[in-house]
Amino acid sequence: MGVVEVARGIRWYVRGVMGEDAYEKYLAHVAGEHGDGAVVMTEREFWRDRTDRQDANPQGRCC
Amino acid sequence: MPKTSATTRAKDGKLPPVAVDPAILEAEDRRWTPLKIAIWIAIALLGGLSWVMLAVIRGETVNAIWFVFAAVCTYFIGYRFYSKYIEKHLLKPDDSRATPAEYKADGKDYAATDRRVLYGHHFAAIAGAGPLVGPVLAAQMGYLPGTIWIIVGVVLAGAVQDYLVMFFSMRRGGRSLGQMARDELGRVGGTAAIIATLTIMVIIVAILALVVVNALAESPWGVFSVAMTIPIALFMGCYLRFFRPGKVTEVSIIGFVLLLAAIIGGGAVAETDWGVALFTIDKLPLAIGIIVYGFIAAVLPVWLLLAPRDYLSTFMKIGTILMLALAIIIVRPEIFAPAVSEFATSGTGPVVSGTLFPFLFVTIACGALSGFHALIASGTTPKLIEKERQTRFIGYGGMLMESFVAIMALVAALSIDRGIYFAMNASAAATGGTIEGAVAFVNGLGLQGVNLTPDMLAQTANDVGEESIVSRTGGAPTLAVGLAHIMQQVIGGSGLMAFWYHFAIMFEALFILTAVDAGTRVARFMLQDSIGNVIPKFKNTSWRVGAWISTAIMVAAWGAILVMGVTDPLGGINTLFPLFGIANQLLAAIALAVCMAIIAKRGYFRYLWIVAVPLAFAAVVTISASFLKIFSPVPAIGYFAQNAAFRQALADGETSFGTAPTVEAMNAVVRNTMVQGILSILFVTLAIIVIVAAVLATIRAARRGSSESSEDAAVPSKVFAPAGLIPTPAERELQAQWDALPKTPRAGGH
Repeated sequence: MGVVEVARGIRWYVRGVMGEDAYEKYLAHVAGEHGDGAVVMTEREFWRDRTDRQDANPQGRCC
Repeated sequence: MPKTSATTRAKDGKLPPVAVDPAILEAEDRRWTPLKIAIWIAIALLGGLSWVMLAVIRGETVNAIWFVFAAVCTYFIGYRFYSKYIEKHLLKPDDSRATPAEYKADGKDYAATDRRVLYGHHFAAIAGAGPLVGPVLAAQMGYLPGTIWIIVGVVLAGAVQDYLVMFFSMRRGGRSLGQMARDELGRVGGTAAIIATLTIMVIIVAILALVVVNALAESPWGVFSVAMTIPIALFMGCYLRFFRPGKVTEVSIIGFVLLLAAIIGGGAVAETDWGVALFTIDKLPLAIGIIVYGFIAAVLPVWLLLAPRDYLSTFMKIGTILMLALAIIIVRPEIFAPAVSEFATSGTGPVVSGTLFPFLFVTIACGALSGFHALIASGTTPKLIEKERQTRFIGYGGMLMESFVAIMALVAALSIDRGIYFAMNASAAATGGTIEGAVAFVNGLGLQGVNLTPDMLAQTANDVGEESIVSRTGGAPTLAVGLAHIMQQVIGGSGLMAFWYHFAIMFEALFILTAVDAGTRVARFMLQDSIGNVIPKFKNTSWRVGAWISTAIMVAAWGAILVMGVTDPLGGINTLFPLFGIANQLLAAIALAVCMAIIAKRGYFRYLWIVAVPLAFAAVVTISASFLKIFSPVPAIGYFAQNAAFRQALADGETSFGTAPTVEAMNAVVRNTMVQGILSILFVTLAIIVIVAAVLATIRAARRGSSESSEDAAVPSKVFAPAGLIPTPAERELQAQWDALPKTPRAGGH
């Protein structure tokens, strides 16, 4: 494994753990499941919707 | 090529199998190559040697590296053998079944996540300040009892609980613990479980807030840098909302740099007269500040404060824990504490009162067995799991990592001088809050090898940039001194000790403030749901007035306990911390009880002991600890004995008693002990109701003989992913078949 792959791997992991890839996962999901016709949120809408859903459905943090 | 098609139910023609044939998995498991045997013998020998070094060879000192080896080797063995045993006989995951992330996929809450990413994610969600605080306080009993409980407890109890709850929740579409309790235990047991969860949440938030108040009181540096996290988070929130949505890592790095600047700036501010005047705050005003903050933070929208601070805290958590692990391995500090101290048997320890059994097991909850995890392991994580068999790695393995954090906290606390440790952790009621008082008190304890001098306390306080370190109870400052002590040997030398100390304080305060904020929100929703049964309008959580009233009630509830803790003439942490541990372990007992009922209904009686043993242990520990807190005639232990002693003193017309110097303080003790006693009664009653309901459900299932299930119906899976961190040869083979598929959106699970 070269340096580039390692760096790419670290970037992938950090993005995943931080949840930064959420929008990409959403797009992949929409493309796979609904195909055409469904309304696809823009990136900005998606992140707003995400925190709004957290507002309506809070999750505890551990002690 | 292994035959991997036998079990697949996904016969859509072109797709490869979605699971490795169980027979092949079994064969792989049983194939013991000489190399594999050699590796496991080496792990077992190293682990055994480490335990011998810790437990049997009692030299003057013991090196911290043995703690690391004993822990890691035991975790490996527990993970490889015990968790596999549980998987094979009790849970029987089936990778041909789709997980909720697949059959309920919505690209948002339900989204299949790579197992390695989810491991990090889940770990960040379960590990907070708890595993950093409990072991520090338990260090007064010596290093061995805490070490054994953390390591053995996690393998047989804590990780088992997390794993089972996660698996059962996953099989139920990601249902929460409360919902599962209602399904499995009926109305009475379920309601008791929900009330217990709500009250436990309140007490946990209160005591975490108390830890922060104790760490920041009289510390202008700490107050400044922790207060700066609020504008930093607000800035990050706005950045993500309006400027660059979704750039989470980028904003976290910016936030982290600002955080470092706040820590360094705090040092400069604390040197100025105005800084000292402005940011030196007493405990009570600080507590009120946190209460006000808690209310505002819980009603603000998530994007503004909670979400950005969550990112920051995840970033800090994983980074700092990796850094500390490396530092301990590099520095390998010597530990001077005895294996088992006199306080383990006498029960008169100044940090937390009570003998080893049962109080060690409630002082260390997080890291060994933490009921709170059941709330995370049900709900959030199960909605993200890609394949059923991954729950062992994420649930069981994730908890092992938290246990390791607890071991590191214990090592850090033990690496500082024992005299300093007791001076920091004895309550101000005992030390008088002065250096002279602390020296007299600690040297008066008659501990072997402890000879505290005023110089040592003044020097340490000076090193970490604090006015004083006497009676900085709550665990966080002690851990910070320990961490600073270790880190400065790697980076920066003694000149950077103050930086590392405040870095550690900041690190803990960040988790705790997030837990306070999120806990208040969750409790608010639970309360609204309950009030909604009487006044339906409250069920509507977006109704502002209802939200504000419910938030105010919850904040008032934990705020009252917090104020009680900071003004307690008996010390605060030493009287309240047992309640925190008891609450957490009771939640664990509730979670294990629910699991037991589920297993009984599945009909797996032969292996019921896997959950019955930790349940029995948690029940015995918490119920006996609660009974001692309620019925013990020793005032230092029993709340009501303390209450009676102070009432008697008041009736006798005394104007000071014990550590209470005035009649007012004596009245406060009477009030506080009554509240604490009633809370103990409430917790233990609720827990007994839940456990009895679970035992009855188990017996009913045994009588009926047939198994019933509250699981969601099985849906065939259409994706494949390996189960553990490293794929097995058969999994790699199958993965290659999936990778070879032409890239169409439908084939993609990842």
